[in-house]
Amino acid sequence: MAEVLVVVEASQAAGVKKVTLEMLTIARTLGEPSAVVLGGEGAAAQFAEKLAEYGAQKIYAGEGEEVDGYLVAPKATVLAGLVTSVQPAAVLIASTQEGKEIAGRLAVKLDNGLLTDAVDVAADGTATQVVFAGAGIVKSKVTRGLPIVTIRPNSTTPSPQPASPAVEQLTVRASDADKLAKVVERVAEKKGSRPELTEASVVVSGGRGVGNADNFKLVEELADLLGGAVGASRAAVDSGFYPHQFQVGQTGKTVSPQLYVALGISGAIQHRAGMQTSKTIVAVNKDAEAPIFELADYGVVGDLFKVVPQAAEEIRKRK
Amino acid sequence: MNIVVLVKQVPDSGAERTLSASDNTVERGSANNVINEMDEYAIEEALKIKEAHGGEVTVLTMGPASATESIRKALSMGPDKAVHVTDDALHGSCAVATSKVLAAALGTLNADLIVCGAESTDGRVQVMPHMLAERLGIAALTGARKLSVDGSQLTIERQTDEGYEVITASTPAVVSVWDTINEPRYPSFKGIMAAKKKPVQTLGLSDLGIAAGEVGAAGATSAVLEYAKRPPRSAGVKVTDEGSGGEQFVAYLAAEKFV
Repeated sequence: MAEVLVVVEASQAAGVKKVTLEMLTIARTLGEPSAVVLGGEGAAAQFAEKLAEYGAQKIYAGEGEEVDGYLVAPKATVLAGLVTSVQPAAVLIASTQEGKEIAGRLAVKLDNGLLTDAVDVAADGTATQVVFAGAGIVKSKVTRGLPIVTIRPNSTTPSPQPASPAVEQLTVRASDADKLAKVVERVAEKKGSRPELTEASVVVSGGRGVGNADNFKLVEELADLLGGAVGASRAAVDSGFYPHQFQVGQTGKTVSPQLYVALGISGAIQHRAGMQTSKTIVAVNKDAEAPIFELADYGVVGDLFKVVPQAAEEIRKRK
Repeated sequence: MNIVVLVKQVPDSGAERTLSASDNTVERGSANNVINEMDEYAIEEALKIKEAHGGEVTVLTMGPASATESIRKALSMGPDKAVHVTDDALHGSCAVATSKVLAAALGTLNADLIVCGAESTDGRVQVMPHMLAERLGIAALTGARKLSVDGSQLTIERQTDEGYEVITASTPAVVSVWDTINEPRYPSFKGIMAAKKKPVQTLGLSDLGIAAGEVGAAGATSAVLEYAKRPPRSAGVKVTDEGSGGEQFVAYLAAEKFV
């Protein structure tokens, strides 16, 4: 069976991201998964155990300051070299900003097609993509070269399949053009230990109805009780209630959790675009006519400042 | 500083969008077409840099003849001129081919700085800035929530899931921006009138030395095989809080095994 390259999405702080395990799971239906770690010195060793647990038959390590110290370009160069030498059946990359950027450069380098935001890849390389903010589904195929496909987080349930991969160090040769955009500093702003927004199985979001930044504590409390991530509507972000990286919607993150809780969110198209593929949607809003109720599986018409504290109390009781 | 802003005309993301039944490309004919929202932030950023450092702002658009409307709108915000790459053969171009065409057009413009939105609302592919940087051999600073310019030195704050990264490069470079970077100005009446007289240069494929077979459906590197609308979600149970709304809410979550 041909190799399938899975570009590992991970961070030093968060470890191997769930989407990587999803990609390894999908890759097993396409061939033999090989994980590709592109990062700083020692990254592959840090992530190897998890990658082995989910079926990586081999781990390629492209590591060092040349890879990690510059934005995207060196990663694409290392990956392109690997693709040329192993001729994989497919390349899977996470559908995150950086993942897509790597895929874009790779596609240009190899003069190869690419498909982004896939939720599934069939054995023949046909990708299923959700388009127009969840309003449509397309099946598409790369028609020139091998399938380079980026996979959206929460597309499938990762299943373990232990393997014992050997780590193969790749020679990193970044060109001068690869080193034009230098990473000077990485700053962590995330507070707490909540799961990452796009990967969380539960997302609790607040909107304009939350009223102010301080009240977002209520949203955070419910998220923590449900083991979820916190999101915010554009209206809440624009009003300064919550930081932009947590924005869910057309101009923010697209999420597809098992459970999406919308608090004080009216459900404008802008917001629906980022969450309407969630499995179960529940909403609390004081306006009975709010469009969010049109797509909510369960809705409470009421004051979120009464409903949410009572719900929090009830969850604590049940625990 | 010679600044080029990439502007894409897209179907309004606030209205229903679809793929054309005949060739599975984005249906633009019947759609209400607007400037890609994120591009307005790119235009604003370019204008701010021009105001602070001098220079010229050129709008670059690839799209059908009808994209002229969005070009005039973009110009009404304040850019000096525009280049419109248009050719019937471009219809159905994939991202790889689009980047080839835009890179060729940029080759004629000698830009110090290329600014664009972080993504378009139709495709949301997010690859164009890096594809262009790859082809042009220049730096790409993408996903900026803040951009500062000091002579030829550029610094951005790149939004990440965990916070941000500080990235630096020298011009020439491509910078893509998120909607947190600024507040785009509204075109003034004077701006709208002035936009009508601003030069818009039209370039076809032959002007760029690209063969028709390299782009469009003929030169596409990927193909849409089928398209279906997702069934719309239907409303479920709606209860009105009469004192036990929170408890009912949790009872539902418990029944669905979330609690």
